[in-house]
Amino acid sequence: MTKLIWDPLHECLDRKDLERLQLERLRTTLQRVAKVPCYQDKFQKAGITPDDIHSLADLAKLPFTTKEDLRINYPYGMFAVPMREIVRIHSSSGTTGKPTVVGYSRKDLNDWSSLVARFMTAAGVVADDIVHIAFGYGLFTGAFGLHYGAEMIGSAVIPMSGGNTDRQIMILKDYGATVLVCTPSYALTLADRIEKLGHNPRTYLSLRVGLFGGEPWSEEMRREIEDRLNIVATDNYGLSEIIGPGVAGECLQKKGMHIFEDHFLPEIINPDTGEVLPPGEKGELVLTNIVQEAIPLIRYRTRDITRLHYESCVCGRTLVRMDKTMGRSDDMLIIKGVNVFPTQIEEILFQVEGCEPHYLLVVERKGTLDTLEILVEVNENIFFDEMRKQRAFVEMLEKKLATSIGLHAKVKLVEPSSIPRHEGKANRVIDKRTHS
Amino acid sequence: MKVEQISIFIENKSGRLAEVARVLGEKGVNIRALSLADTSDFGILRLIVDNTDLAKETLKAGGFTVSKTEVVAIEVPDQPGGLSSILQVLDDSKINVEYMYAFVERNADNAVIIFRFDDTDGAISTLQKKGVNILPGERIYGL
Repeated sequence: MTKLIWDPLHECLDRKDLERLQLERLRTTLQRVAKVPCYQDKFQKAGITPDDIHSLADLAKLPFTTKEDLRINYPYGMFAVPMREIVRIHSSSGTTGKPTVVGYSRKDLNDWSSLVARFMTAAGVVADDIVHIAFGYGLFTGAFGLHYGAEMIGSAVIPMSGGNTDRQIMILKDYGATVLVCTPSYALTLADRIEKLGHNPRTYLSLRVGLFGGEPWSEEMRREIEDRLNIVATDNYGLSEIIGPGVAGECLQKKGMHIFEDHFLPEIINPDTGEVLPPGEKGELVLTNIVQEAIPLIRYRTRDITRLHYESCVCGRTLVRMDKTMGRSDDMLIIKGVNVFPTQIEEILFQVEGCEPHYLLVVERKGTLDTLEILVEVNENIFFDEMRKQRAFVEMLEKKLATSIGLHAKVKLVEPSSIPRHEGKANRVIDKRTHS
Repeated sequence: MKVEQISIFIENKSGRLAEVARVLGEKGVNIRALSLADTSDFGILRLIVDNTDLAKETLKAGGFTVSKTEVVAIEVPDQPGGLSSILQVLDDSKINVEYMYAFVERNADNAVIIFRFDDTDGAISTLQKKGVNILPGERIYGL
């Protein structure tokens, strides 16, 4: 029988039962991490022991863990089990400094697979599906996570990996893939390329479901992907420090990503003060891993900004839902004292008819003044033969943006395909200011 | 009585205009008339060529954003006051001009002015009633 919910026992728990399970698992995890030198130190400094935790509310008494802790304890210092129990090592992309290293025990790998199977099932993936994975295989957790989840469901997995768009399209077409796994920007790159090859991306492939992740994307981008590729596109969330993909995922309601709370305790904090915010408030997501054996992190600061929704979902899952991440607390742009998230700008561009998602934000400091310039690729829909209309279009866009982000940004139209495309994470910001 | 014109979006950086001319030249497209409207960031290049469809396809394939528009070619006497008389007719008829540009016909006593109107069809019928000489596209493409 086709499963609509992978693990109904854990995904549909009554909140009271869930909280009882969470507290029990949290206390067990704390006993285990108390042997890790980093946590010994942190707990001692905070004047707290695992025995002081009597309720979930006591979680707020525990110190945070940050990426910096992982760097200081590079590579294996945060592991809570001896190396003989580790069966896999992954790490973050680590664009600055040393990467962060994470390990998995055999049980962790199995848990990871079933967590991914949960959100893939929630997106409608079944054993009959053929799953094309276009994430890069390697230290990055994305490809392996989705790979194991799809295999656990019983789907046929094509471990395509990244790059070579023409070959991707050939394999997608010839092997009859029904599920696409990649970054959302790469999904649009595929659609562009299929069009350039003279085919209709809505009908050329057999795809019906897409699972996209690895970078933030807006609702408008989802609509464009769904429309251009004629698929259902769902979002999922994870980070390598906390298992990888499989922390949370959308159901077909697409009303936020269900966090698998029997494995991860979510909190929303004020990123400046560290104070826990009440349910429904926007802030930084903090996660505590209460099941993992190899490297369970306590109150890990994800730097991702989101909001949690505890209202019940019609899909039947009782798990809390998180909004799509609205940027990161650390790469948020501060321009003339205004906080700007690239995704806000993306939303506005998508609302303007005819605009495409290819844009680049350029932040510069001219004298003492910060300026934001938004490069937008022109196309036939937003190109006017009359200069009057062309300028009016730019002014309209600037006005809309100013209203939304509370800052004047100069819009500069550029020629099509002049903004570099990335097959991995889309880099939409160039910050030319020098920060001391 | 309309003339087909193509408009091309050009970023204000070196070599872009030359690139347009190069790709058209390679395909044997001959440029009959041109005008460039520009701002500090970008320009709109308008061309009348001997093969509009080929020019449009060629430029699109070359990665340019191109649109096809309809303009009106009016013949005016190549003498002082020639332009003034036409503009007076337009003013009297309350026809709004979006933009205009001129080129001088070879071996003839008349100049040709290209007009882009708000309402192309309305402008043509009004101008014809006033006896203004409107040139058909075929005349312009083959000039």
